[in-house]
Amino acid sequence: MRTIIFRTVAPYLTALMVLFSIFVLLRGHNEPGGGFIGGLIAASALAIYGIACGVAPVRRAIVFHPMSISAFGLFLSALAGLPSLLLHQSYMTSQWISFPFFDVEVDLSTPMVFDIGVYLVVVGAIASIALALEERESD
Amino acid sequence: MTTAAIDTTILAILAPFAAAAVAPIATKVLKHNAAWLLALVPAFIFFHFAGFVAAVSEGQTFVISREWAPSYGINLSFFVDGLSTLFALLISGIGTFIILYAGGYLKGHPQQGRFFSFLFLFMGAMMGLVTGNNLITLFIFWELTSITSFLLIGFDHLRAASRRAALQALVVTGGGGLALLAGFVLIIGVTKEIEMSVLLQNPDIIKNSGWYLPIFLLVLGGAFTKSAQFPFHFWLPNAMEAPTPVSAFLHSATMVKAGVYLLMRMHPLLGDTALWTTVLPLFGGVTLLVGTLLAVRQTDLKLMLAYTTVASLGLLVMLVGTSVEKALEGAVLYLLAHSLFKGALFMVAGTVDHEAGTRDITRLGGLKGAMPVTFTAACLAAFSMCGFFPFIGFIAKEVLYEGTLEAGSGALLITATAVLGNALMLVIAAAVAIKPFLGAKVETPKHAHEGPVMLFAGPVVLSLTGLVAAVMTHATGTLFIGPMLSSITGQPAETELHLIPAHIAAPLFVSLGTFALGILLYFQLNRLRDLISGILTAIGWGPDKGFDQFVAGLVSLSNGVTRFVQGGKMQTYMTLTFVATAVAVLLPRYVTGGWPEVPAMPDYTFYEWGILFIAAIGLVAVLVAKTRLTAIVSLGIQGFAVALIFMLFGAPDLSFTQFMVETLSVVILALVMTRLNLNPRDHRPFGASVISAIIAAGVGIGMGLTLMAVTQQPFDSRLSDFFAEFSRTVAHGRNIVNVIIVDFRGFDTLGEISVVVLTGLCVLALIRVRTKPEDRLTPRAGTEARNKKLEARR
Repeated sequence: MRTIIFRTVAPYLTALMVLFSIFVLLRGHNEPGGGFIGGLIAASALAIYGIACGVAPVRRAIVFHPMSISAFGLFLSALAGLPSLLLHQSYMTSQWISFPFFDVEVDLSTPMVFDIGVYLVVVGAIASIALALEERESD
Repeated sequence: MTTAAIDTTILAILAPFAAAAVAPIATKVLKHNAAWLLALVPAFIFFHFAGFVAAVSEGQTFVISREWAPSYGINLSFFVDGLSTLFALLISGIGTFIILYAGGYLKGHPQQGRFFSFLFLFMGAMMGLVTGNNLITLFIFWELTSITSFLLIGFDHLRAASRRAALQALVVTGGGGLALLAGFVLIIGVTKEIEMSVLLQNPDIIKNSGWYLPIFLLVLGGAFTKSAQFPFHFWLPNAMEAPTPVSAFLHSATMVKAGVYLLMRMHPLLGDTALWTTVLPLFGGVTLLVGTLLAVRQTDLKLMLAYTTVASLGLLVMLVGTSVEKALEGAVLYLLAHSLFKGALFMVAGTVDHEAGTRDITRLGGLKGAMPVTFTAACLAAFSMCGFFPFIGFIAKEVLYEGTLEAGSGALLITATAVLGNALMLVIAAAVAIKPFLGAKVETPKHAHEGPVMLFAGPVVLSLTGLVAAVMTHATGTLFIGPMLSSITGQPAETELHLIPAHIAAPLFVSLGTFALGILLYFQLNRLRDLISGILTAIGWGPDKGFDQFVAGLVSLSNGVTRFVQGGKMQTYMTLTFVATAVAVLLPRYVTGGWPEVPAMPDYTFYEWGILFIAAIGLVAVLVAKTRLTAIVSLGIQGFAVALIFMLFGAPDLSFTQFMVETLSVVILALVMTRLNLNPRDHRPFGASVISAIIAAGVGIGMGLTLMAVTQQPFDSRLSDFFAEFSRTVAHGRNIVNVIIVDFRGFDTLGEISVVVLTGLCVLALIRVRTKPEDRLTPRAGTEARNKKLEARR
């Protein structure tokens, strides 16, 4: 699998895929996409990088253990439901803030935070499985 | 009491939980001196409840309630009456000194902050237990005491004995807790009431319901395990593995008294029946004798005290079991006396251990000169335990003998049991408080000297309280004993207590008899100890061993069941799962005859047909593939074709996800295949392949038919209309699928991602397990490889 072409292309491919996954994540509320799909794309990006260049560089690149990323995502998602409690609404009622940024109207919301959590959960869990499987005894 | 003060009661009851959160930080900053600050919390609770005393002694009761889960009738409601006030005062008052004591005892311990935390959690649980009004609230706090005592007993978790003791306490008291929960659920079901204060207003409601017997037994199950009644007594002495502050707290006024509290609390509802007055005195009496006899056998200060605690609990249960007002009054007095002297004595034992380095009475002696303050406190507490004049223990003994003599048909037997038990307790008291301090100086492992003020404050104050409470007999009687007694009997009770017996009568002679017997036995202590040891060795089996056998039996049973259900052969699992799936989808169709109609030839364009054709080719490729890896990749062809179909029929999100899932499944399956080191080819005999094919076809056809049948049903568009209408306006999103996932059905998604995280963890664990057998073959190399891997992971 570790051909020169693959190894040369893989880092760029991974970077592009991760970027694309974030794009898919953020557009999800209005266009096809979302945290789950984005997470899957990012996870496959990491898997490709792992197959091409070995698991250790991937682990170094993502700094945290993939399961920690996953657990943090779950934490973030659970947290995203809390702000509504402060406003005496039931848990997970969505909250929106809109503000102009230069000429664009930017919408921030708790569902977006929730979706980012979903993204992290999926990236972490799938990448953790894929990387653990890619790791051979010889590594 | 003003309303505002009453409202802060919830704050007072829950304050220990807040303190538990603060304790580690405070300890980090102030080291062991944090105890001075932290002790203010129980002190605050103590003074708060002291504010209730005047009102409660006039017969008032208070119910403080906050909504918790109102739809289930579960409220955070608390009931303050004579019974709960005295308990709350004991818990918080003794708790204050325990916190101080823990500050001195674990000085410099790296986990002291955590220890304070556990202590406070336990204290909060106890406060909730004794004031809990709502049965479910009470039960939750009851369970919390079990859990927190598990943490406390197992505090020294590096020692196997601690872990075992903690687990044992949890299993025994937790098991009893389950019985109690069942009892409470029965009570709620039978009476339709959930608040204790309401139940107490109709005391006969349970006795007349026809469900008395099961409720009685279940409540008893909870109370007896918690209060260490024979044959559940064994966890209590084992819990001595805990650091001494824990023993002093749990076994004087709190944990083990919870069962007695429950019996006292439920006495108006369950008490004074033939069953009650037979079962309770029987078990209580046996526990009293077993406890004292086993105490005599011990030479370890803490264990001796622990067994006398068992005995005292037996005495209390026996007295409560008589349902005679005078005996109940004796029980209340003895409970107060016991909490004070036992708390003090445990702390003394801990101080001796801390300063002299041993708790073995055969290796202690002549510490009087080195530890004068501790010695004084020990004497005062021990005199109360012996029932000497003028201590609260003396009054308790007078009253309880008066009570047992009135206890109907069993009066003589009960009195005799009490006399023997008390005489033996006198022996222990003397052995614990006098032997280490008097006599010739014995060389101890550490050079003994007086402990710091943190260590002796508790014993001194508690033992002096035992003296003051007796001297101020009248106040004690009207302010504490009377109100508590009336809570137990369920009607206003008059108490008349005298420090100096009003008339020379039977109880005084019984008391004198007890002293005589006790002193006689004290001088035969060594012979008595050998005798009991001999008998126990002859029996050779006890509930403690029984517990181990029970646990071992449970483990081998579950092992057997697991081996039977989970054979460990992947092929069997897969076959069973898919056969079950096939049956589940096909059987209902067959039984109901709901086969779908044959659909008309669909009108597809040529490229749609083309994609379907590709999917079919992918499937054929799977079947004819020579190697497993080729089969897996070929399966991907079919998956991508399906994704394209989704795309063409207007479900871009679904298609998108299908693409990704398909890619990743192929990658991960391929990785698994390479890792499992399977034979790349499938070498099964033809017959086995046919069976697999039949199962696969069954599942596939079954699922296909189900899908067809479902889509042939008229489509109910209410939900999709709703989402289409409100997705933009309410949730500000045009992508309905995503809006459903993150907003409308966000809670479902939260559950799903939790499952994803857990699955990730489990798969990771499974992958790591696989490396183990190799490690075993070449231990060193394997471990090294694994360590390297772990490092890489970090």
